[in-house]
Amino acid sequence: MLRVENLHVSVEGTSIIKGLNLKIHRGEIHVIMGRNGAGKSTLANVVMGHPAYEITDGSIFFEGRPLEEMAVFERARAGMFLSFQYPAVIPGVQVGTFLKKSVASVRDDPPKGRVFRKELNAAMAQLEMDKSFLSRYVNDGFSGGEKKRLEMLQMLLLKPTLALLDETDSGLDIDALRIVAKGINQIAPEAGCLIITHYQRLLDHVKPHFVHAMIDGAIVKTGGPELALELEERGYDWLDAAA
Amino acid sequence: MNEEALEAVGDYRYGFHDPENATIRFDKGLSEQVVRDISELKNEPQWMTDIRIKAYRHFEERAMPDWGNCNLLDSINFENVTYFLRSSNKTEKNWDDVPDDIKNTFNRLGIPEAEQKWLGGVTAQYESEAVYHSIREDLEEQGVIFLDMDTGLKTHPELVKKFFGTVVPHSDNKFSALNTAVWSGGSFIYVPKGVSVEMPVQAYFRINAKNMGQFERTLIIADEGSTIHYVEGCTAPSYSTDSLHSAVVELIAMEGAKIRYSTVQNWSNNVYNLVTKRAVAHKNATVEWVDGNIGSKLTMKYPSVLLKGEGAHAEVISVAYAGEGQHQDAGAKVHHLAPNTTSNILSKSISKNGGRSSYRGMLQVMPKATGCRSKVVCDALILDDSSRSDTYPTMEIGNATADLEHEASVSKVSSDQLFYLMSRGLPEEEAMGLIVNGFFEPFTRELPMEYAVELNKLLELEMEGSIG
Repeated sequence: MLRVENLHVSVEGTSIIKGLNLKIHRGEIHVIMGRNGAGKSTLANVVMGHPAYEITDGSIFFEGRPLEEMAVFERARAGMFLSFQYPAVIPGVQVGTFLKKSVASVRDDPPKGRVFRKELNAAMAQLEMDKSFLSRYVNDGFSGGEKKRLEMLQMLLLKPTLALLDETDSGLDIDALRIVAKGINQIAPEAGCLIITHYQRLLDHVKPHFVHAMIDGAIVKTGGPELALELEERGYDWLDAAA
Repeated sequence: MNEEALEAVGDYRYGFHDPENATIRFDKGLSEQVVRDISELKNEPQWMTDIRIKAYRHFEERAMPDWGNCNLLDSINFENVTYFLRSSNKTEKNWDDVPDDIKNTFNRLGIPEAEQKWLGGVTAQYESEAVYHSIREDLEEQGVIFLDMDTGLKTHPELVKKFFGTVVPHSDNKFSALNTAVWSGGSFIYVPKGVSVEMPVQAYFRINAKNMGQFERTLIIADEGSTIHYVEGCTAPSYSTDSLHSAVVELIAMEGAKIRYSTVQNWSNNVYNLVTKRAVAHKNATVEWVDGNIGSKLTMKYPSVLLKGEGAHAEVISVAYAGEGQHQDAGAKVHHLAPNTTSNILSKSISKNGGRSSYRGMLQVMPKATGCRSKVVCDALILDDSSRSDTYPTMEIGNATADLEHEASVSKVSSDQLFYLMSRGLPEEEAMGLIVNGFFEPFTRELPMEYAVELNKLLELEMEGSIG
């Protein structure tokens, strides 16, 4: 469903991604690991369409369509979702209002009224979120863990077919990590997942099909779950020669 | 309204106009005779005629303000304004008796519907005078007086004489002088001691004719321990020539009383909106101005509170939206005249498409007013590079015991905020609309729900077609 071909990306003239190839099929969980600055977040953002990133070469296709023709909101409506590493604060906009608007925009047959309420309550219960979340302003004064839970809540409600998770596990305690993993496992069978992480501990709860090591803007090695363990243990220096 | 007119109106939904069926229309222009004619037509007591004449003479002598947007102020042609226009011979108590085209206008503005649902009383002013007026019986039985100002003067001359011009004297500024000379319509409210008016009462002001001048005069007296919430709304047709709206509002909150005055000003972009609003708060009284300025060509308005009695409290929450060709020069003034008085000022403005918003504030603490507390917060949001925002805060602090906080910020909508919302399926304009609504939320949450919903819709409309 996602096909990245020979992707080159730069930000303000600096080249970040240099010839990246990746294919994700429905039902697959992919993990990308790499050092800070390797281009992992850039990949997630550029797939979702952040305007600050410029594709200088190569292409990305989602379900056969070139992404360059699709505006950001159209990508969301087509089934793409990005769980942000640093979700934006929207002062004055209540979480409840935001979720309702978002679900109404993205889903073809959005649930209304009591049906929506019921679905929302169930998702919040699953993520162990208090109802008081709904009247707070979007990410305003949220702790790191609360932000990540709100990202997961959106993911459960928007039911994406491609989920990009950008360091969703960073800064979480063990309980929050377990809850985030539950969210991922729930959507995973019907979706493609791309998980960007520094740590293998999320992978105690989520079983990836592929693990990719990213160095200097390209994927240099691909393996199974064992590669994640190896990367955490050995670091990335042994792969530098491959880059 | 035909399609051509609709197109000319653009995004402004209230820009339609009715055929003009005036029963009395004065020739354009202002003179002492015009002032005398207005007073005579209304059959006023001599003392009111005298006040008008005095005010007119002051207006003639008084120079234009030498601050604010002088270019726009100087472009007002006082000779090209109609100072009095009567569109209906009576103020009706039943909507069915209001002339059809006027009734239809208020229907389109949703006034009768709102009245049924959640209002304690309504006055609807069309051009110079009220065409409809009604108050719930239970309020009347409790002794609440809610009238249009002309009727108030006729039926309660002693109360009007006692308080008229005591908070805003005619000589306060050029436009208060003009209003005092030619005032017509507005609301007169008296809430007796200890009476709490739970449902808001509303006044709606509509200008329909071209080159019209509307000069309503409002006087609200809340006696000891009483409370009242007054809501006003205003709209006008979009014309290529200018109209002038210059109101004076005086509020008097006696000991322990509470007055909340909420405004959603949505004049079309050809209206000069030059308004003087001021309140006096006696001991332990509270006055709250909730002031929203969305429309008009130029607004100059600084709701003020004189904290005259110990323990009095002032709250001024205002928002301003300045779009293409608009200048919103708004703000707040609070004068701490007595000890242990407190105030909160929150001002939020948005400028877009070359619009200009200015915050002009005055915070004064008199030397004898010890133990005062005040917090002032001004936030400006600028949506593009062609727009502008300025802040002119003035503080005069007369003693060292005052506890003051002042915060000001100017921000832009960040691309990360937009990207975040767009990644959740919102097109850019909707995303911008949501951010703007959120920015104004501290204001909208203070409005009755029906108004808040309406205002949010309005702002979303303003965001449409704004992204290039």
